Amino acid sequence: MALLTCENLSLGYDGSAVLSHLCFSVCAGDYLCIVGENGSGKSTLMKTILRLQPPLHGRIVTGDGLRANEIGYLPQQTVVQRDFPASVREIVLSGCLNRCGSRPFFNREEKKLAQENMEQMGIAALAGHCYRDLSGGQQQRVLLARALCATRKLLLLDEPVAGLDPKAAADMYAQIWRLNREQGITIMMISHDMAAALRYASHILHVGEPLFFGTKAAYLNSEAGKLYTAGTEEASL
Amino acid sequence: MMEMLRLYVSYPFVRYALIVGVLIALCSSLLGVTLVLKRFSFIGDGLSHVAFGAIAIASVLNVSNEMMLVLPVTVACAILLLKTGQNAKSQGDAAIAMLSVGALALGYLLLNIFSASANLTGDVCSTLFGSTSILTLTQGEVWLCAVLSVMVIAIFLLFYNRIFAVTFDENFAKATGLHADAYNLMIAVITAVIIVLAMNLVGSLLISALVIFPALSAMRVFKNFKAVTLCAAVLSVCCALLGLLVSILAGTPVGSTIVAVDIAAFALFAVLGFVLKRMQR
Repeated sequence: MALLTCENLSLGYDGSAVLSHLCFSVCAGDYLCIVGENGSGKSTLMKTILRLQPPLHGRIVTGDGLRANEIGYLPQQTVVQRDFPASVREIVLSGCLNRCGSRPFFNREEKKLAQENMEQMGIAALAGHCYRDLSGGQQQRVLLARALCATRKLLLLDEPVAGLDPKAAADMYAQIWRLNREQGITIMMISHDMAAALRYASHILHVGEPLFFGTKAAYLNSEAGKLYTAGTEEASL
Repeated sequence: MMEMLRLYVSYPFVRYALIVGVLIALCSSLLGVTLVLKRFSFIGDGLSHVAFGAIAIASVLNVSNEMMLVLPVTVACAILLLKTGQNAKSQGDAAIAMLSVGALALGYLLLNIFSASANLTGDVCSTLFGSTSILTLTQGEVWLCAVLSVMVIAIFLLFYNRIFAVTFDENFAKATGLHADAYNLMIAVITAVIIVLAMNLVGSLLISALVIFPALSAMRVFKNFKAVTLCAAVLSVCCALLGLLVSILAGTPVGSTIVAVDIAAFALFAVLGFVLKRMQR
């Protein structure tokens, strides 16, 4: 049973489809990169998977014991967050809310989990710092730690390296790679960075025309892959 | 001066004013942090105008207890504004401006046409700027105010972590199974309740100041949500108390005096924040 399966999915806004007849599945331990041009519906797909908007057609099935609220999410930064007065600890801890049920406050276990995830992301020393004073790379680590508090199964990442300098971007990729390899956390990532997608991903979903879903090797030999990877070094390997 | 103060405080209506003032200031500042950060400040402003319109209708209809009409109308408008504000297509900010200005204009028009009051301008002025109304509160109004304030504070404390999550990142909260829409609704309803309560204190035009200033002042200096919330609450209560006492002693209008103290505190905190930033470098 796959962790997440999209069956004949059509998505878009107000009845007009951006993407239609999408079929793919993600198994535990996969590293799926979602690539495609701007406006091809990548972010809409992610919002639909996260149930932030309903699909126009078809359905999304979660399996393998994955509950719908067990999807960790690393969103793109919003305007609100840029000057938000919150400490790193407060933000990471807020990822534990889906464990609370109807309990109004966090218990000791959840605080410990937040601490562990901060340590894992190397931001424990920053726990009392203000989020808006951090560098872009550190902010992404905070959000990743928060996502890890929400789930240990599936992470959805929306352009996690957007706006980061090359060093911070490489660190971020390495961090995500470790989560996938060492802890078996399934990754779904929207990316414009073709070189990194081809380097790390096990599967590629190419949205737009032509649609493609399959393993990385198959993608490189496909029509979509050949069109899209032209110019990146991996394509010639 | 202390003698005079002691004399005044011995009057029950002054004590009522102090109690209500402190409670309202506390409530509005608690929610103010969330409203400012969620970019909802304009909803507060719009609602205060709606509340004015509702009061006009209540006085034209000769409703004995104005609060009973004003509160539901304002709550309904809060829900309406929240829904339109979320729908980017219908130009939410313009809808709010339309509703608030419309309520203000029609309210004044209604009062002018139908009111039997001899001192219409004075009535309107005190509704807008809350000049004397807080000193004429009845015991019943104080109780209603106290009960509603305590409820607001209790809800805020119980849902503190959830309100933080919804404020910081609504999409993440929704994606991980939090009913963000329900919490937004809750925030809008509480805002409406606070605004109706605060009309007694500072009048409908000045309510936004009570909501916004303490939060903004606290954000100049503090850098985490808990500290900002606590600081805003303490600051708001202090400013309200100080403003009330000054207005009693100096005979100035209650609402504008409190807002003036809030502005002074904001200036102080802005300077403090600037100095702290410099020292860190």
